[in-house]
Amino acid sequence: MTALTNVEVGTELPPLVLEPITRTTLALFAGASGDHNPIHIDLDVARSAGLDDVFAHGMLSMAYLARLVTNWVPQERIRSLKTRFVAITPVNAKPTCTGKVVAVDGDEATVELAVTLQDGTTTLTGEAVVALV
Amino acid sequence: MPIDAAQAMAQEIPPLTVAVERGRLAFFAKATGQDDPIYSDVAAAKAAGHPDLPVPPTFFFSLELEQSDPFAWITSLGVDLRTILHGEQSFTYHAMAYAGDELVLQPRIVDVTSKKGGALELVTKKTTITRGDDLIAEARTVLIAQNKGVS
Repeated sequence: MTALTNVEVGTELPPLVLEPITRTTLALFAGASGDHNPIHIDLDVARSAGLDDVFAHGMLSMAYLARLVTNWVPQERIRSLKTRFVAITPVNAKPTCTGKVVAVDGDEATVELAVTLQDGTTTLTGEAVVALV
Repeated sequence: MPIDAAQAMAQEIPPLTVAVERGRLAFFAKATGQDDPIYSDVAAAKAAGHPDLPVPPTFFFSLELEQSDPFAWITSLGVDLRTILHGEQSFTYHAMAYAGDELVLQPRIVDVTSKKGGALELVTKKTTITRGDDLIAEARTVLIAQNKGVS
């Protein structure tokens, strides 16, 4: 497997720009992910909890962040992946995933991750540690 | 109703044995817009040196939901599922897993913390994922239960 070269603090991963998250996206993700919590797919349940609408699964955005990282390095090089879910992702939001190297220690790099919506809201922050060779 | 932290952490959650299925991994790839064919096409996965479709990085969370009542561990503590937010999630990886693998997941509640005078309760669960004697990954989940009656 080839080594990543020229990785240094400040190196940015190619951003992953997603399509808007539709209700269909949420229905498919509920089935595929096994997370059937109705708060994400059933408007009646969302309203019964005092919400105006359903909202996206946090793990959908984390899956997008994982795609950002595996687009950059083969998955077997990922040592860890961590996220904090800092804001809800509404239906029809359009996420963009970004990553920037914040530390290089020997053969490992630490990448700071974020998911941001088109209105500037940051929904996820996180960190991945990847092996460079 | 406040969560009884001692009871929560003493709770024995039974281990879960899951067979990783190709079809589910391909569906997960479709649902997450994953266009790298190694995650949905066995021939592409093999051409890239994998024995089968890889379990993608966040799918270990999904494996734990492969049971009839996947949220029983939290609803049994008296938490209303509608009030839950996912606060944090992390994974530490030790080896790749693939379609066809039989994995064993062992969850345990490791922390319950009350915040804002009981309006928020943070429940932390750690799960180890093994294949035979091999440690594949560890997952850590923080769920936030919102007690709306408390201010």
